[in-house]
Amino acid sequence: MNVNVEEKLFQNRYKVDHGRPHIQIKNPAVCSNDCQSQACTFVCPASCYKAEGNRTVTLITDGCLECGSCRVICTEHANVAWEYPRGGYGILFKFG
Amino acid sequence: MAKEHFDAIVVGAGPSGNAATYTLAKAGLKVLQIERGEYPGSKNVQGAILYANALEKIIPDFRDDAPLERHIIEQRMWMLDDTSFVGTHYRSDDYNKPPYNRYTIIRAQFDKWFSSKVREAGALLICETTVEELLMDGQRCIGVRCDRMGGEVYADVVVLADGVNSTLARKAGFHGEIEARNVALAVKEILFMPEEVIQARFNIGEDSGVVIEMMGSVTEGMVGTGFLYTNKDSLTIGVGCMLSDFKANPKRTTPYALLEKLKAHPSIAPLIEGGEMKEYAAHLIPEGGFHAVPQIYGEGWMIVGDSGGFVNAAHREGSNLAMTTGRLAAETVIAAKAAGQPLTAKTLAAYKAALDQSFVMKDLKKYRDLPEVLHTSPQFFTTYPALLNRAAQTLFTVDGVDKKTKEREILGSFKSARRLGGLMSDAFKIWRAVR
Repeated sequence: MNVNVEEKLFQNRYKVDHGRPHIQIKNPAVCSNDCQSQACTFVCPASCYKAEGNRTVTLITDGCLECGSCRVICTEHANVAWEYPRGGYGILFKFG
Repeated sequence: MAKEHFDAIVVGAGPSGNAATYTLAKAGLKVLQIERGEYPGSKNVQGAILYANALEKIIPDFRDDAPLERHIIEQRMWMLDDTSFVGTHYRSDDYNKPPYNRYTIIRAQFDKWFSSKVREAGALLICETTVEELLMDGQRCIGVRCDRMGGEVYADVVVLADGVNSTLARKAGFHGEIEARNVALAVKEILFMPEEVIQARFNIGEDSGVVIEMMGSVTEGMVGTGFLYTNKDSLTIGVGCMLSDFKANPKRTTPYALLEKLKAHPSIAPLIEGGEMKEYAAHLIPEGGFHAVPQIYGEGWMIVGDSGGFVNAAHREGSNLAMTTGRLAAETVIAAKAAGQPLTAKTLAAYKAALDQSFVMKDLKKYRDLPEVLHTSPQFFTTYPALLNRAAQTLFTVDGVDKKTKEREILGSFKSARRLGGLMSDAFKIWRAVR
């Protein structure tokens, strides 16, 4: 099933901390060379991680729901640097 | 800035943090509560069901002004295959008489309300502030460092109510990273529709509500469940599976595709039709149970709520465990202070002892082997729901075949799917895991 997650994220309220992503891929080469599954690209519920054609993985955290799944599933390589956003920034749930 | 010192600092303004802060402040202690969201609730996600009992023990008259959606009078449990479901419904008019036992809530509103009570009780709340790390003096936690206010605040005890992703406890070395097999990833949407439509569709009155829990083909063999709750003028629908199963799913199904599949199920679609989606949320739920609960107290620190893994996955209970752990942690601090004792690991061990005596640890202990059984027995989420649905269809389809033959066919389908030994062993495994 093809689902457009951007449409879902569009309903959410965010205060984006421009230029200061709270999650980062520590070493992009690990994603390209060492990680077979690239599970973050399909497990992330906000689709922040994208598998590019050349086996690289890109990360854009603007739609992040702050669940922490990407950090927890990256156990083999521990290649996700995960912090909470600065106070007040990130997702702002209206209902939760 | 002068070093400000508090009796206690509570990190987080969810149910466990609010319960702890409220109880501490009510007893006259000087408490600082730090919340990273714009307001309490803006970072919090839950199904959401509120179990009255746990909150009653903290705020007996909460019903007077808490934002409650509907009290639950009916619980449905559905086993789904691709086109049908076999289910049980329990509905009782006894649940229609106050004081009600449980309610649906909207967490952002509920947490805001709970927080207003916390502040009335005298605690100091600071929002939009992320705690970056615990301040340690050797083994002893002496305060926290925030991302603002010029930094450091000190207290006799720090209560970690910072949720499932407790980066603070991990950074301080209290426990390791959570494991993917110990957490469920759940996604959900809130769908708005007129009250009258909800009442007609679910056969309920103005304030009463229905809960549907679902398992079966909707999770594609992953250990997990779906849920549908009625709020006042909205429905919440969601699905959650063990994170390790999402990672291992050969179909590489995304959580949002799974949710769409659930919404499109022919038994669900008519219930949610016309609903206007207003928010999409995701959250990890600590479902590892008894064996996954970390060390929850030490020299000047305590862990409560999701941060300590306090969720009873078998019964879909969480916020009541959160509030109870928050309250018991606070009561431990209050008792130690009253007795003039320092807040050391030795004194704070009373918190664990109180938890062991409460339903929290008793229930977690009762179901301690269930996560392992479910991990190793995907047939409970695949084979059995499918078999039950086929059995029901065989039995209820009137086609000239006699009933005895149908019964034989049904029994045969169970035996060929699992064999008699498999059926017996599955029944035994489940019995042992929940006895």
